[in-house]
Amino acid sequence: MATSNYYVPESSYFPIVSSIGLFGMAAGAGGMMNHMSSGGQGFGFPHLVFTAGTLLLAFVFFQWFAKVITESRGGMYSPQMDKSFRWGMSWFIFSEVMFFVAFFGVLLYVRQWAGPWLDGQGDKGSSHMLWPDFDYSWPMFNNPGGADYPGPNAVIDPWHIPLLNTVLLMTSSVTLTIAHHALRAMHRGRTIFWLGATVVLGAIFVYYQILEYIEAYTELGLTLDSGIYGSTFFMLTGFHGLHVTIGAFILFIMWIRICKGHFTPEQHFGFEAAAWYWHFVDMVWVGLFLFVYIL
Amino acid sequence: MTTATASHDNHDDHGHHGPAKGIMRWVLTTNHKDIGTMYLWFSLTMLFIGGTMALIIRSELFQPGMQLIEPEFFNQMTTMHGLIMVFGAIMPAFVGLANWMVPLMIGAPDMALPRMNNWSFWILPFAFGMLLFTLFTEAGAPNFGWTFYAPLSTTYAPSSVTYFIFGVHMMGISSIMGAINIIVTILNLRAPGMTLMKMPLFVWTWFITAYLLVAVMPVLAGVVTMMLMDIHYGTAFFDAAGGGDPVLFQHVFWFFGHPEVYIMILPAFGIVSQIIPTFARKPLFGYASMVYATSSIAFLSFIVWAHHMFTVGLPLQTELFFMYATMLIAIPTGVKVFNWVSTMFRGSMTFETPMLFALAFVVLFTIGGFSGLMLSIAPADFQYHDTYFVVAHFHYVLVPGALFGIIAGVYYWLPKWTGHYINENLGKFHFWMSFIGVNVTFFPMHFIGLAGMPRRIPDYALQFADFNAIATVGAFIFGFSQLIFLFVLIKTIRGGEKATDQVWEGAEGLEWTIPSPAPYHTFAEPPHVK
Repeated sequence: MATSNYYVPESSYFPIVSSIGLFGMAAGAGGMMNHMSSGGQGFGFPHLVFTAGTLLLAFVFFQWFAKVITESRGGMYSPQMDKSFRWGMSWFIFSEVMFFVAFFGVLLYVRQWAGPWLDGQGDKGSSHMLWPDFDYSWPMFNNPGGADYPGPNAVIDPWHIPLLNTVLLMTSSVTLTIAHHALRAMHRGRTIFWLGATVVLGAIFVYYQILEYIEAYTELGLTLDSGIYGSTFFMLTGFHGLHVTIGAFILFIMWIRICKGHFTPEQHFGFEAAAWYWHFVDMVWVGLFLFVYIL
Repeated sequence: MTTATASHDNHDDHGHHGPAKGIMRWVLTTNHKDIGTMYLWFSLTMLFIGGTMALIIRSELFQPGMQLIEPEFFNQMTTMHGLIMVFGAIMPAFVGLANWMVPLMIGAPDMALPRMNNWSFWILPFAFGMLLFTLFTEAGAPNFGWTFYAPLSTTYAPSSVTYFIFGVHMMGISSIMGAINIIVTILNLRAPGMTLMKMPLFVWTWFITAYLLVAVMPVLAGVVTMMLMDIHYGTAFFDAAGGGDPVLFQHVFWFFGHPEVYIMILPAFGIVSQIIPTFARKPLFGYASMVYATSSIAFLSFIVWAHHMFTVGLPLQTELFFMYATMLIAIPTGVKVFNWVSTMFRGSMTFETPMLFALAFVVLFTIGGFSGLMLSIAPADFQYHDTYFVVAHFHYVLVPGALFGIIAGVYYWLPKWTGHYINENLGKFHFWMSFIGVNVTFFPMHFIGLAGMPRRIPDYALQFADFNAIATVGAFIFGFSQLIFLFVLIKTIRGGEKATDQVWEGAEGLEWTIPSPAPYHTFAEPPHVK
């Protein structure tokens, strides 16, 4: 319920400059992709627009977050403001969940319906007439239209790198929780250590994920072009990897802020938000490990 | 419904000052009223741009045979008209109304996250600038219909599709941030005593709409990302040759698309639920049932998406499930219509301009609802699918539905925003011209649709000529009547009879306790709601 000192900031140049930066990124990325797909080479105007937009957005975000931190440390935020941040972050994470739901839904649809139908099974098995020789299996080593989509020779073995990555991420969730407890108990040294360990575990995860991709591309013939298995595999694990990278970066910022002594046992929502995000990324991985790698 | 002890002392707020001068006031603002105003002007601009496209379409269809434009350009017009009206006109208008009214209705000092609020807005002009710019490129604008079905939008798309995809991403970011802001404001910034079940229905419907937005805009982002990867990076999401499925596109798109349909109507339900009690001078009949009905509609919106795809080749059980689930929506919607009618029953009714638009909403939206019920019957849909019957159906729910809701809301709250009443004669003139225009445009489409005229085709068989000519005349009446709207808006902003604080005799709620025009900052001290 409202209190009388809810902080309403003065007018600000952050939103408009962020919009310009985002526009540069979007228009530049569009131009870059069209350039690439029409056979263009090298660094052109769209690349310049994209780079400028990205740098501008990064710059404004740095300023913007710095301002929020200053305001927060200046005591301008009431407990009610804190609640606004909490609700905001929760629903942002929910929107991220829904983004992944779309991709998991695609995986489910392909494996449960579209694939078997192309093989002549089920209610819409008549689509078998498109490619009468096609046999459905998952992982899909032979795609219906083989010439355009050469299937993979093999897929990633879940019990090597993916299992290791599962252990890494699970452990990182634990270390993060230890760091949180240490923060609440006012042990800055211990917080710095355990939070640092979390970031390092995240970084190792990304490193192994890159190794896995290299193996997929160079040895297994598993690429973005290798049909729906490659499409779902790389998009799901790729977006997850991107989120791990973002999450680790946010945690690293929190690590710097803890080193600077920004947080108190009572007030450390920046840290908590980063932790929520990290646990969300972790949960997505569990889904990936189950539905993309094992099953 | 709610009474308040708020007072007039809000304008001597300490520490705050009025708006800055010049253009930078708008560009840099963090004020919910400024941002709401910008949203509303932006959506009005988009309404006129999208409306011009509609008139180009209707001009081509005035007579059979190819008349004015190339078929390729016709396709670009139908696509851009749909995209601009859905994402540029209707949705931002509702967000603008939410920005203006939600803080005033719940007694909040502003939106919960004011800077992010302004960012949500300023993304939009850039996104639509980029989308509109593609019209002037060599490849032309997107031409695959606003539903952008694969493979039309992937394998066979013009290169502008890439900009379209990034434009959709930008709109999505804007919508998600806007929706989160509204949710947080409603959850966290209500005045003491403003419990959830005391909130005005406009707040309730927006609350639920915001949840729908947060849930489905990411799915839209997902589906356009899959398109992007199929087009540029060789994935096979929507290509059966690689094990994917073009029908999969439709499933993911409509999982977003159907809740999106309700995103465009639920806030209008809210507006009408504010207006009818005011001019019937009776409290809303069945307040709690309205809340539950809105929630039920929102829930059902997630499990009816395949009724857009009955003819694509779905298993029989799927057709049956989605048919019956769709029919269920008629129940909560019927509750709403029943409640509006019951609110008016034995009321002391007067018919000012906002009330006229609200009444037309109830009647004409119900027509659109009934044609929707006809479309929900899977076997019958095989006849209607992709005909002008569908065009008639969704224009009835979107134009005299969503758009009339918005116009009603604007007329209802304009005296609070500007401090002036509108000229009632002009307002009524606008209403009757719009009412006649909209029906002359869209009612004949039911007949030509049932007779089999396909949508999105620039030419048609001779037997459809008369009704098409009538529809085109109606479209021009409706389109040019909106210039009256623009005239009334400008005239009311510049002057007019001074509005009282309560504005309308039967109006209740916190927004009517503050002065007219609403001061730049309101409720710096939260009011106490009894």
